[in-house]
Amino acid sequence: MNREDELFLTRDFGLDHLHRLETYVSRGGYRAAAKALKTMTPDAVLEEVKAANLRGRGGAGFPAGIKWGFVPRGTDALRYLCVNADEGEPGTFKDRFLMSHNPHLLLEGAILASYAVGIRTAYVYIRGEYESIARRLETAVSEARASGWLGDHIAGTGFGLEVFVHRGAGAYICGEETALLESLEGKRGHPRLKPPFPASIGLFRCPTVINNVETLCHIPGIIRHGAEAFLKRGLPRDGGTRIFSVSGAVARPGCYELPTGSSLRELIYERAGGVRDGRKLKAVIPGGLSAPMLTENEIDVRMDGDSLVEAGSMLGSGAVIVIDDETPMTLVLEKITKFYAHESCGQCTPCRVGTAWMARIAARLRAGRRRNGDVDTLHRLASGIKGRTLCPMGDAAALPVLALVAKFRDELERSS
Amino acid sequence: MSHNIPDRVKRRVEDILSRYPRREAALLPVLSALQEERGFLSHSDEEWAADTLGIPPAKVREVVTFYSLFRRKPAGRHHLQVCTNVSCALNGADGLLSHLRKKLGIAEGETSADGRFSLSSVECLGHCDEAPCLMVNDEHYGRLDRRALDELLEKLE
Repeated sequence: MNREDELFLTRDFGLDHLHRLETYVSRGGYRAAAKALKTMTPDAVLEEVKAANLRGRGGAGFPAGIKWGFVPRGTDALRYLCVNADEGEPGTFKDRFLMSHNPHLLLEGAILASYAVGIRTAYVYIRGEYESIARRLETAVSEARASGWLGDHIAGTGFGLEVFVHRGAGAYICGEETALLESLEGKRGHPRLKPPFPASIGLFRCPTVINNVETLCHIPGIIRHGAEAFLKRGLPRDGGTRIFSVSGAVARPGCYELPTGSSLRELIYERAGGVRDGRKLKAVIPGGLSAPMLTENEIDVRMDGDSLVEAGSMLGSGAVIVIDDETPMTLVLEKITKFYAHESCGQCTPCRVGTAWMARIAARLRAGRRRNGDVDTLHRLASGIKGRTLCPMGDAAALPVLALVAKFRDELERSS
Repeated sequence: MSHNIPDRVKRRVEDILSRYPRREAALLPVLSALQEERGFLSHSDEEWAADTLGIPPAKVREVVTFYSLFRRKPAGRHHLQVCTNVSCALNGADGLLSHLRKKLGIAEGETSADGRFSLSSVECLGHCDEAPCLMVNDEHYGRLDRRALDELLEKLE
């Protein structure tokens, strides 16, 4: 096995009991933490992650090292790490996959991030529906504490970290980082106005780093093998691998780890086995439900942030939902709009009212009771929500509807 | 007022409280612990949580009504939560849901007369690779068709 293969997060996922500390350590686990804590300064860890230009895997794609760099330095002030494990973007299940197979990889990533930023307390905010995964994480935390990888004096050094697993209670919006903070403080998940950004005023009004699970899982590999090796996988400015969650009308749904920038067509046809039951591909949602859909002739695209923006969509959480040619678009529209209407936190009027209104129209179209002007009204509502809300959920609700109306207007107009 | 909170729950709450620098931050896990005990959150549970965390009861109600996993009335012994989002819908979720409605004689949000089943349709559960999927209480089941679903129901007493 060559060195670079160790940069694949799922490298050892075929092993039994990888989730146990013993197995993880036998595969080189916690060596990056030992290396960093014993031979590197916090700044050196930060600089390595910056050099790797590790882009966030949660949805926004912001470079993790730059995010860490925003936390004020040179003070002893309390600061926190929040691990965003509130995986709720429909179609996404890669963080579940990572945490259930290899919870210690996440903990090691959290140790490294905390060391770099000077954090002594971390919370893993995990969605309430992942109860068994939360228990697995709790077990991993206990194992790590018992072996000296968490708690005071990690690996015999002066650095200490406590990790607490915090279960959510069912609210998509809590995946938005400031809503997550509110929720972790015991409140409704209402996104905060930014600025101030969490790096200056976050959890309990302290500077806070919030990173997605998959993002943190890349840190041990970067520290062990260096930023350069990481950048050799994937694209020059968007390196490493991505775990794509592929679902919908495919023959082999599942998680597939590929270098960033791999082809969407190959992912669907070569990895996921193509469209199920000999059907044809009608459309693909390439980055979680919020990502504008692509049609059959648009799927020769690279799966990286910049390429998908160029193609008029986004990489988001890397969740690919394949829609087959026997599925009516009114069904897809109904499900998309119902979701955002249910999950709107209600703070901003355009989102609260607009998503509910869109869902009512979509339900009519689905039931074959289209009224004149319905499709135009949908377009008008989505345009009215876009860019007019506190958090990115407004755009998340509007963009897929705008794309669907633009690309499948004829079909929607025929529904009655 | 007596709240009837068992000692084991009180001990668990003490442990939960030790993880946060502010008591009110423990609200979600405390409510989850209370709900696990009875299957739903009573008015008295909410008051006890408010007292214990030192926050007004209205703040507790605000949170209970915001999050979809909290319930304010009892559910059946087995709460069937069927995902109906896109990936599951592409794999027949709506058909499964209507099958359950007919078979159990209840609509979403209702509980069967014998108290055995409650039915809900829910948003994405993060198990799209196993679509169509559902959750029974905290357990996930996937790759279901009507037959597999019927067999599952048989096993749930």
